Order: sequence, then structure tokens, then C-alpha cells
Amino acid sequence: MSELLVLIDHSEGKPRKVSLQMLTAAKKLAGESGGSVSAIWLGAGAGGAADVIGAHGADKLYTWESDDAYGFVTLPQVEALQAAFDASGADTLFFASTNFTKDVAARLALRIDAGVITDVSDVKGDGSGRYTGVKEVFGGDLITEATIADGKKQLFGVKPNAFAAEESGGAAPETVALDVALSDDAQKSKVVSVEKQASADRPDIAEAAIVVAGGRGLGNEEGFRLMEELADELGAGVGASRAATDAGWYPHRYQIGQTGRTISPSLYIGSGISGAIQHRAGMQTSQTIIAINKDPEAPIFAIADFGVVGDLYNVVPKLVEEIRSRKG
Amino acid sequence: MKVIVPVKRVPDTAGEKKLDPNDKTTDRDSVESVLCPVNEFAIEEAVRLKENAGAEVKVLLVGPDNADAIVRKALSYGLDAGIQITDDAISGSDALATARVIAGALQNEEFDVVIFGNQSTDARTCLVPAAVAEILGLPALTYARHLEIDGDKVVVHREHEEGYDVVESSLPAIVSVVEAINEPRYPSFKGIMAAKSKPLDKKALGDIGVEAGQVGRDGSAALIQEFQPRPPKEAGQKVEDDGSGAPGATALADFLQEKKFI
Ligand SMILES: Cc1cc2nc3c(=O)[nH]c(=O)nc-3n(C[C@H](O)[C@H](O)[C@H](O)COP(=O)(O)OP(=O)(O)OC[C@H]3O[C@@H](n4cnc5c(N)ncnc54)[C@H](O)[C@@H]3O)c2cc1C
Ligand SMILES: Nc1ncnc2c1ncn2[C@@H]1O[C@H](COP(=O)(O)O)[C@@H](O)[C@H]1O
Repeated sequence: MSELLVLIDHSEGKPRKVSLQMLTAAKKLAGESGGSVSAIWLGAGAGGAADVIGAHGADKLYTWESDDAYGFVTLPQVEALQAAFDASGADTLFFASTNFTKDVAARLALRIDAGVITDVSDVKGDGSGRYTGVKEVFGGDLITEATIADGKKQLFGVKPNAFAAEESGGAAPETVALDVALSDDAQKSKVVSVEKQASADRPDIAEAAIVVAGGRGLGNEEGFRLMEELADELGAGVGASRAATDAGWYPHRYQIGQTGRTISPSLYIGSGISGAIQHRAGMQTSQTIIAINKDPEAPIFAIADFGVVGDLYNVVPKLVEEIRSRKG
Repeated sequence: MKVIVPVKRVPDTAGEKKLDPNDKTTDRDSVESVLCPVNEFAIEEAVRLKENAGAEVKVLLVGPDNADAIVRKALSYGLDAGIQITDDAISGSDALATARVIAGALQNEEFDVVIFGNQSTDARTCLVPAAVAEILGLPALTYARHLEIDGDKVVVHREHEEGYDVVESSLPAIVSVVEAINEPRYPSFKGIMAAKSKPLDKKALGDIGVEAGQVGRDGSAALIQEFQPRPPKEAGQKVEDDGSGAPGATALADFLQEKKFI
């Protein structure tokens, strides 16, 4: 039975949402072609996550619980994934399309004769085990469907929230420890330290169902405390326009747009953002868009499902109060 | 120290973008082309290495013949020389095939560090820098928001979703930079004039030892089959606040409740 591989992206010993979403989709797709789903966990902590991984559809769990997995740059993960492809005889891998994992995929592809399609928002199957990746390009202006050439292995980088996560009632998967003999090359670029700066209780903008974004109209760094207050009321992540990150009001990793991150949440709320084309390139695929801007002519209103023409410093604090009172 | 900056020609974001219906890659004749803005950050970093460490910097572009205007543009920031790889066989290449061409070109050059942009504004795959490193058997320290070169050691702060990793490696190495790394300056008038007479080495695939079958659509693994424009979005409801915040906030909260966000 052919195996469909899913690389589990995890943090603090827990699979991220995107991993459970990928498992759910893989379960459906593998089922259509009579295959099974095998998850891959690199680094410590696989045991604690096995139940939830099984519940979302994995029949098998390949592990390499070495600290080396993330102790050196990129290559340990590449070599572990090579071992997983060898052990499973699989043709296809789903991975979370994050900065670092795209590097892993690029190198892996060249080693195992695969093709890579990054940032897919859907994967379609026809029961043959060959898949089509759906991907938005040019800032969401065009929707493309891409395949990987016949005979080559298939690596798909999946965007968060491309699929829904659902439990299918599976038990804890059979665990198979991967046999990874790390090469000398893989130990050359060292990770000296990991600086985590993100707030643990606020979701990342790529995974969040709701994103609250602020721009130059906030006027200063403190404006982002107001954005955070609104976000926390909604369980949202906080993003920014380039004008705001350039001014140093919010970190660059939260920049939404052409040269920042691309997000497709269920809901985007932009305050004091004009909606320049480079910003829209990172958020126009959001399902519902709300804009708060004092300029009725701001271009963001052209793509907003709901707009408020007004001063954000009047509207947002009142909105926070409204939400609080309605939640009761 | 020798530095190479690979740069890409991309369609101007402000223009309408199209894919060529024949080879399903960017139709570069349909809009104005520019130097990929992300590459300006790589160029700025290279210029600083020139100023602070006397680095010699070359720019490398893979693209059609008339993309030499983009090489000249890159040179106008004060870089020393250009390399351009042009060959009809290259058109239709995916990221890995493009990486084969860039790697082939680099194999014919001496360098200590290659500074990429972390992505290009049109393809946005982010795959090219790591793929080039893989082909050349070199370390890749990508997504740099801080870069330090000290003797034969390179230290990079690699930006990720939760912060950054501090990583170090020996040289030669491949680096890619994110726009948080610096504030690029504009080319000077002197730089623009000087760029016109800087050496530009134009080569074809045969000159760099890359086989035509390894690139183009035939040499590519990822193949776009279909594409369609995104259905246009209609503007929705717009509410005018009266300056107190209350009407705006109430209408918004109603909308959020109706859509079940609260
Ligand atoms: C190569 C390149 C790449 C780029 N990449 C990105 C990118 O990735 N992401 C990105 O965001 N931008 C990017 N930009 C920049 C982009 O072109 C815009 O300059 C930027 O998005 C503007 O940010 P803004 O909307 O916050 O600021 P502005 O355009 O200045 O808009 C501020 C808005 O706030 C409103 N406002 C002011 N005060 C208030 C108030 N009190 N209440 C309510 N509204 C108020 C104003 O009416 C205005 O509409 C890029 C540009 C280039 C050239
Ligand atoms: N045709 C090209 N010629 C030279 N460099 C390129 C080319 N395509 C991509 N690059 C480099 O690779 C980086 C990442 O691009 P991409 O992988 O397309 O997102 C860019 O910022 C450039 O530095």
C-alpha cells in the first residue's frame, strides 16, 4: 500500500494547526488511491503527539527524535526526509510552506528527483496518486493549477488553512524510528541560538482565522497596543503594513504584503491602511475584509466587504467595548 | 573578498500581470519590467561589504537578452561587473531549473559569498537560493535580517515566523536576505553614468556547461497546467462614522455578529 508522507510542523511539543489540516487532506486523498498516510516527526516530543496525529488520519509515524534535527541549518531535516522516503517508498510529501521548510524541500527535491510546488491552497487528486496543486500567484491576481512531471516525486508546500482539520477516529499510529546517519556536511552550519519573540498566546498571522492589521494611520507604536487589544478580544493575530514595519512600530515578520507574508484568513480587519497594491498582494485572498479608514477614497475600500469611514482612534476602542459586551 | 549578487527581472507590480498561454510562465512583454525590489536589499548589503571590506561585487542575471538593462540598473548602485546568462532554452524553467543555470554560472566564478533576495516578487517560490546551494554543495543561510562576515566565518540572523535563529557557517556560503536587513540607498548620478561602461559578460548555456535538456519546460519538474484570473471582488457596504466612534463600532459589531465572528 503506497504511503503519503506528511511532515509535521510542530512547536512546544504540539503539532501546529497546519499539520492536522494536512493530515486530514492526506487521509482523504490517500484513501481515493488506496494508500495510507504516514506522518514524520523530527526532533523531540513525538510520543506526546502520537494520539492526535493518529486521530487525524496517520497510520504510521516516522520519527527522528534527535536534537541534531534543528541543531544545524536545514540539512539534518533533508537527510531525515531522505531516510523517510527510503523507508516508505513513498512518492509524495506534504509540508507546511514556511520559510525554513521551503529550503529543506528545495534541497530534498534535488536529491530524490522531485519537483516542488510551494504555497498551495488546495491539492486535487484523481485516484492515481498524482496530484495537482492549486496556487495563487501575482498577489492573488491569478489562480494556477500545477502538476509535477511524470516519474518525479511530488513535494507540496501547503499554506495554513488550505484544508479543515478533522478527526477520523484513528488510534495512535505505529511508530517507526528513522535510521539517520548524519553526514559531516550536515553538521557544518550550526544553529547558535533560537530567539523566540512571538507572543505565545497570540496566533501567528498565517495560521490565525482572524487577522487584525495596522498601518501608518496608527501614527505611532502605541497604536499597536490598541490593535493587540482588539486582536485578543477576537482571538486574532496581529499584522502590519510596510509603512508600519518600516517605521519600526511592529516587527518585519508580521508584515503583510508582496515583500512580507501572504495570508488568507477568514477575516482581515485593517485599520489606518490605505490598501496599496503591494499590501493587497498579501491579503486580498482573505475571505472577508473589513477596513477602517478616515479617507473615504482609500483604495482598500474597493476590496472591503465592510468599511467604516472614520477615525480608527474613535472607532476601534468602541469596537473593543462592543465585542466585550456582546460576548457577555 | 568576492561577492556575487544574483538578480531577477520581474514585471512591475503596479502593472497587470499575465501568463504566456504557450509556456505558462510570466509574459514579460505584457508589462513594464523592473529589477526585483527584493534584490535591492541584497545589492545594498553587497555595497556595504565593498565599502567596509573592499569586496569586489558582481551581479548575475539569468534572463533574455534585453534584460541587460536590468543588469545595468543593478550596476548603477556601484557594483563592479555583470554576468548575464541568456539562452532560448531557458524560457519556461521552474525554480529548480533556474537554480541549475545560476549554479552553472557560479561554478565559473570565484566567490566567498553569494547574496540572493529571499524571494522574487513574481514567482515568490523562495526555492532558488537553497537549490543553488544544494547543487554547489554549499551552506545556505537564508532569510537573513542581519549579516556579519568575519574572516572566513559568516553569521546570519535567519528570520522565521516566531523570531529569528542565529546561525553560523564557514565561507564560501550562499545567503539570502529579507527586506528588514537594511535601507537601500538610491543609485547616484555618478553610479548611473559609470554603469554604462562597466564590464558585462554575456554567456549562453554552452559557455557555463549546463545542458539545454536540464532547463526550460522540458527540464522542469513543476509545471503550470492551467490558470485563470481571480474573480473580481465587489466593494461591500460602507458606513460613515460621526466622529464619536459609536455608529462605526456598532455597525461593525453587527456585521461581525452576523458573520459569526463573535
Ligand atoms: C517593492 C515594494 C514592496 C512593498 N511591499 C509591501 C508589503 O509587503 N506590504 C505593505 O504593506 N506595503 C508594501 N509596500 C509599500 C506600499 O506601497 C505602501 O506604501 C504601504 O502599504 C502603505 O502602508 P499604509 O497603508 O500603512 O500607509 P499609507 O498608504 O500612508 O496609508 C495610511 C492610511 O491611514 C489612513 N489614516 C490616517 N490616520 C487615520 C486615522 N486616525 N484613522 C483612520 N485612518 C487613518 C489614511 O487615510 C491612509 O489611507 C511595498 C512597496 C514597494 C515599492
Ligand atoms: N532569473 C534569475 N536570475 C538571477 N537570479 C534569480 C533569478 N530568479 C531568481 N533569482 C534569485 O533568487 C532569489 C529568490 O527567488 P525565487 O526563488 O524566485 O523566489 C531572487 O531574489 C534572486 O536573487
